[in-house]
Amino acid sequence: MIRTLPSSKTYKVGYLLFIILFYIFLFAPLIVTCVLAFNNSDFPTLPWKGFTLDWFFANNDQRLGVFEDSGLLSSIYISFQTGFYVAILSLIVGTMGAFLFVQEKFRFKGALYFLALAPLVIPGVILGISILLSSTIAGGYIEDHTGLDISFLRPSFWLVVLGQFSFITTFVVLVVSSKLKKFDHTLEEAALNLGANRFDVIRLITLPYLKPALIGSFIVSFLMSFGNFNTTLFLVGSDVTLPIDLYSRIRDGSTPVLNAVSFLLIFGTSLLAVFNLIYNNMKNNK
Amino acid sequence: MSKIKWGFYIFLIPVLLWLFLLIVLPHIDLFVSSFRAENDLGDMTWSLANYKSFFSDSVYWYTFVRTAVYSILVTFLTFLVTFPVAFYITKVVSIKFSGFLALLLLMPFWVGELVSVYGWMILLRESGVVNFFLLKMGIIDTPLKMLYNDISMVIGLVYMSMLFMIVPIMSSLEGMDDSLIEAASDLGASKFTIIRKIVIPHATPGIVSGSIIVFMLVLGDYVTPDLLGGKNSLWFTEQIYNEFIASFNWNEGAAFGFLLLALSTFIIWLALKITNQSFEKAVS
Repeated sequence: MIRTLPSSKTYKVGYLLFIILFYIFLFAPLIVTCVLAFNNSDFPTLPWKGFTLDWFFANNDQRLGVFEDSGLLSSIYISFQTGFYVAILSLIVGTMGAFLFVQEKFRFKGALYFLALAPLVIPGVILGISILLSSTIAGGYIEDHTGLDISFLRPSFWLVVLGQFSFITTFVVLVVSSKLKKFDHTLEEAALNLGANRFDVIRLITLPYLKPALIGSFIVSFLMSFGNFNTTLFLVGSDVTLPIDLYSRIRDGSTPVLNAVSFLLIFGTSLLAVFNLIYNNMKNNK
Repeated sequence: MSKIKWGFYIFLIPVLLWLFLLIVLPHIDLFVSSFRAENDLGDMTWSLANYKSFFSDSVYWYTFVRTAVYSILVTFLTFLVTFPVAFYITKVVSIKFSGFLALLLLMPFWVGELVSVYGWMILLRESGVVNFFLLKMGIIDTPLKMLYNDISMVIGLVYMSMLFMIVPIMSSLEGMDDSLIEAASDLGASKFTIIRKIVIPHATPGIVSGSIIVFMLVLGDYVTPDLLGGKNSLWFTEQIYNEFIASFNWNEGAAFGFLLLALSTFIIWLALKITNQSFEKAVS
């Protein structure tokens, strides 16, 4: 049943069949979506009516491809921007959190750590509505008392960034602190003994050591932000992100343009995955 | 010494701001808002009205219980589907392929929930791909209605949850010594006994963390029940959305949100108590 133990033929074949079925289940929706992006039909379904790139490039009365659809292009652009800011912010604060929880000793550390992990078990919808509530209350309070209208406290681009940041930071804390825990502290002590100050040590020794974890966290944070729907739904203003845009389009009725967008996303992430694989192989072979 | 103190505050302040402004304060506001309602004169006062209407309207608590039951069911199904796969990748398949197979598991997460849900809609709808093949092969004469019911909703929920179950299980199985299984097998234990007495106990921390994350994600999900479950999906997050966006009754919505949060906290606490795990360990 494991690599070193022999098993009966039926058991092996049965098990393999289950695994194959599982991977078909995993990939069927993705592959079908991709294939139908190239079908020369007005609906995303079979039969196959020939190959076309219309759903990417066409711009006529009947068909509008992704690259000609300004609405879709702008929501893709906004998702990229959101993902970038969320990933940068989460990376900075999450790394600080990792240093705080791994290297510092202070009162209420346990309680604060508990709080930092809490976003993992708060449903995204709840985070969305509670941040919407408190930003609206804060905005109203500031306006009543100072007459200032702070636009980012209303549903808007920056409120989406804050909302996603609030739980993605937790993932960065977890990833970076697990790496930081394995760090050999004698290196830091040696540097300190030789006269380096705390920030030199972090800049020259600890951060380079953490680099793979930091890059990994940045990519995962970006992807989490890029795909986020539940929290964003309540905080989004006029700058809609791609998932929100896709959601309203799917509700209105689907056209193969949505397949084309999905294809681009699937293709883009597959490329990332392949790069990741090659990068890891190169590192292991060194 | 003073330099080290400085470093401490530079780390502490951003973390405190994050946790206080974006986690603690919003949940206090959520809690407070849920107890505010308009009285007969149209003024906002303290009141239990929001909770009263939850308990008096059967649709609300029916949806609430339904959401909880389905979330537990989906969590369990996800475990059943992914456990053999986790075991296969970590213990059975040759090490050459295990990394690749594990990487493939990430795809649905990387492309995002919306794309996967859309893929399932294309597959399952009446004019969809599955029906097309079934008709073509002569298995059925009229297209089956596979979309917009509880089964399609459960399929979608299991699909989007699998990764979050399989990764923690794989990491706890990786830490398990193969010689335990070899020894048990040498002593004549059956496969079933080995799985029940050795593999499952070793995988328990992973199963618990996976279940917690999956349960929470499913309970708080909106897209999958809404798009794959159709009009009758009755998921509790849809009620919250309706209160906030459609009827603009934020106080009622806050009460619903708070109830959902209480439910998820309670079930997670219960799961941790039963299996004797700590929260910090389970989520990291």
